[in-house]
Amino acid sequence: MADRGAPLLSVRDLKKYYQAAGLFGRAAPPVRAVDGVSFEIGRAETLALVGESGCGKSTVGRTILRLQEPTNGSAVFEGNDIFSLDRASLRALRRRMQIIFQDPYSSLNPRMSVGAAVGEGIEIHRLAPRKEIPERVSALLREVGLDPDYARRYPHEFSGGQRQRIGIARALAVQPAFLVCDEPVSALDVSVQAQVLNLLSDLQQQRGLSYLFIAHDLAVVRQIAHRIAVMYLGRIVEEGSTDQLLSNPRHPYTVALLSAVPEPDPGAGRSRIVLRGDLPSPSNPPSGCPFHTRCFHPARNERCRTEVPPLRPVAGTRAACHYAETTPQPAEAGAA
Amino acid sequence: MRPASNVFGEAWRKPAGRAGAILLLVIAVSALVGPWLLPDPLAQPDILAGSVPPGLGHPFGTDQLNRDVLARVVAGARVSLSVSLLAVGLSVTIGAAVGLVSGYWGGVVDAGLMRLVDGALAIPRLFILLLVLATMDRVPLPALIVLIGATGWFATSRLVRAEVLRIREETYVRAAEALGARRRHIILRHLLPNTMGPLLVAATLGVGDVILLEAGLSFLGLGVQPPTPSWGSMVLDSKEVLVSAPWASIFPGLAIVITVLSANLVGDALRETLDPRSA
Amino acid sequence: MTHVLEVQNLRVSFPADHRRVYPVDGVSFWLDRGETLALVGESGCGKSLSSLALLQLVPSPGQIDPGSVIRLADTDVLALRGEALRRIRGRRIGMIFQDPMTSLNPVFRVGDQIVEGILAHFKISRAEARGRALQLLQEVGIPDPVERLNAYPHQLSGGMRQRVMIAIALAAEPEILVADEPTTALDVTVQAQILEVLDRLRTSRGMAVLLITHDLGIVAGRADRVAVMYAGQIIEEAPTERLFANPSHPYTQGLFASVPRISGPLQRLTPIRGNVPAPSAWPSGCRFRPRCPKAFDQSEKEPPLLPVEIDHRMRCWLAERDG
Repeated sequence: MADRGAPLLSVRDLKKYYQAAGLFGRAAPPVRAVDGVSFEIGRAETLALVGESGCGKSTVGRTILRLQEPTNGSAVFEGNDIFSLDRASLRALRRRMQIIFQDPYSSLNPRMSVGAAVGEGIEIHRLAPRKEIPERVSALLREVGLDPDYARRYPHEFSGGQRQRIGIARALAVQPAFLVCDEPVSALDVSVQAQVLNLLSDLQQQRGLSYLFIAHDLAVVRQIAHRIAVMYLGRIVEEGSTDQLLSNPRHPYTVALLSAVPEPDPGAGRSRIVLRGDLPSPSNPPSGCPFHTRCFHPARNERCRTEVPPLRPVAGTRAACHYAETTPQPAEAGAA
Repeated sequence: MRPASNVFGEAWRKPAGRAGAILLLVIAVSALVGPWLLPDPLAQPDILAGSVPPGLGHPFGTDQLNRDVLARVVAGARVSLSVSLLAVGLSVTIGAAVGLVSGYWGGVVDAGLMRLVDGALAIPRLFILLLVLATMDRVPLPALIVLIGATGWFATSRLVRAEVLRIREETYVRAAEALGARRRHIILRHLLPNTMGPLLVAATLGVGDVILLEAGLSFLGLGVQPPTPSWGSMVLDSKEVLVSAPWASIFPGLAIVITVLSANLVGDALRETLDPRSA
Repeated sequence: MTHVLEVQNLRVSFPADHRRVYPVDGVSFWLDRGETLALVGESGCGKSLSSLALLQLVPSPGQIDPGSVIRLADTDVLALRGEALRRIRGRRIGMIFQDPMTSLNPVFRVGDQIVEGILAHFKISRAEARGRALQLLQEVGIPDPVERLNAYPHQLSGGMRQRVMIAIALAAEPEILVADEPTTALDVTVQAQILEVLDRLRTSRGMAVLLITHDLGIVAGRADRVAVMYAGQIIEEAPTERLFANPSHPYTQGLFASVPRISGPLQRLTPIRGNVPAPSAWPSGCRFRPRCPKAFDQSEKEPPLLPVEIDHRMRCWLAERDG
């Protein structure tokens, strides 16, 4: 289980703004993809970052790995300040932090054999003499449940699920301590999804890996995360242990998200909260609480429009809502 | 997407591509083997003998110096093909290198290189070549090849750059960056192999272009110098006997047309195969 | 009583090397007025192709095999050609697709696209058509419909675009709506909105809906009957409650066991071992046999649909053996 000693990764007030091109040289307001995100992840722990499209969760993952440069904030991994490292040190650190992508079809170079792809990291960091690489690749393929003979083949011969496993093997090759999983199962069929989730779970146990698991599906996340952070318009609006957050959500958005998850049980008769309106534009977020334009909390008032609620502890989780103590659950909210 | 080996197979399946490829193969083989089987094209010209129309002894006839036209056409093939292959090879290499660096590095480097290319593309290639070649007394063959090659990479570099800009955003390049790959590694291992397709097309079509170019220059006396036979210079040589011994100009001319056509057919077939619609 | 839509023994073939493969291999189902049938399966099972076949929209070089029957009340759809076929497309069967961004023309205003759809099927004036378009936008729950009429697709969110797609499909007032993974590309909260719209419209217009999806959760809330597809065949069909209460085919059971749940006891997921076969390599006998934990000697023969209980059938010999 999670080791609550010094955190492996500590992110503080991360911001990533994109400058949009305006008309005639006038600068348009920046797109606030990530607007002040902070969290910690311990050893062998999975933190899920959950939210809908445009909430900034993927951007968080990429910025932490410096695949994109942050606008502001800090990220400390194993004691290293990631954002201030020079290229050489960053390259060395890259071994310890890896990423798995969402799209199994574009995350592998079509012209590279599976063996070459999996062994690429070993080659780059000179982790083993050339002669030994095929052996290591075979071991990695076996570890992710694939036949070592597949090393000779090319990506187009494999299904989505198999390609995802190849991607995992590639990430594991450099022996990372931390993996950013960017929607790794969203593009997969249900039964394949289950296979990959189980694999990730097993690998965490066997290798003591930590995951930042980025997803939009709360049911999937429940299977693998120890803690969940819910994002909306670039901010974390609620954060807590999986059990707590799913059984007693305190932020209205979390409540709506949970109630919208379709449950494969016709008798469930869950009342659903259907949010009104559309997601506001990230380049023009609402003043005060970002969620107030769509919020159904009966206590919603002027304060919500003017004051940004801080993330604070409320009944077992931390929620960014002025009235989190009294957030109604679906049954009470007079749902659809 | 498919691995490179299948691209040729697919192009072969198209009848036009197959025809072009076969023709090129025939020309290439005869260029290689021909000189051993045929009379020496550089044999002492026999001024007194005069030209002979195509017949049993000389399938393409002889020119006004009684040199066997077939032998000279085949010898010319060697010269023309090697000049074009080497020149195109040079162009493609420079173009690919510039395109890769420009596309991946971006920023000032990209801007600078592309402005250079823009400027170069504005000046007609033939003009430059004529200018430079005219100042030279005799044009050694290597110099000709280098000149043609060095003036032919601009469009290729733009093509490669465009491909690189597209591929650069692909997830597998992100993955390589995440693994900690250096820029050089990404260019050579990921970008270059995936730009092979358009490069191949550019190269094949370029061969046709260069053959025409070399023929034209030789016809003007600025290309391949006598006594080395070249299709273009053969046409120049037989200008005076165009009416009395037309075969001396027709066959080299035909050789040029057929070779360029075949190269274009193969290039087009390759381009069709690589079209994303058929992937 | 004739069904509003009846499909019998639908087979769609594609050429491959020197033979033909059948991604849809003998599919039969029916739809009645006002009901929703869900066609459920994973990628490669043939569900999308089946729906395209309904409107003869199978992409070439695919072909609908003779011997397939598709009937709209008393009209034989497969016998229609040209103008007659065009008239039923949209007018009697409407379709909405998965990705609203690519199904809408980006260079035309949304309102114009709806109006074109209306004018293609009804001989009314443009002004009248515009009025109807406005009504439709309201019906699908788009706020500020007057403004939205003049918007371009890229100015709308994914949820809005999908609603516009629905509006266009409804414009022709079809009896049957085929929705091919209508919410897969959308966020969960938007999905809830869209499904609610579809439900409301179904009851208010008495439409029959063929819902194609891989998501069992959507099916639970919205469908009256379910047909589960695997390897080009329907392998289980039942009213929704029956299927969820008593999933009988090992594949269906496997699907249920591999779906993560948001509530209930947290258990390790049990995925179905192996991979989905490609149409060029359908296994002989029972197609699920290579992956089935309950396969036995009888599985070497291809099973027909056998009764499990009333209105509930599955393509599995276990129905006989375990009676």
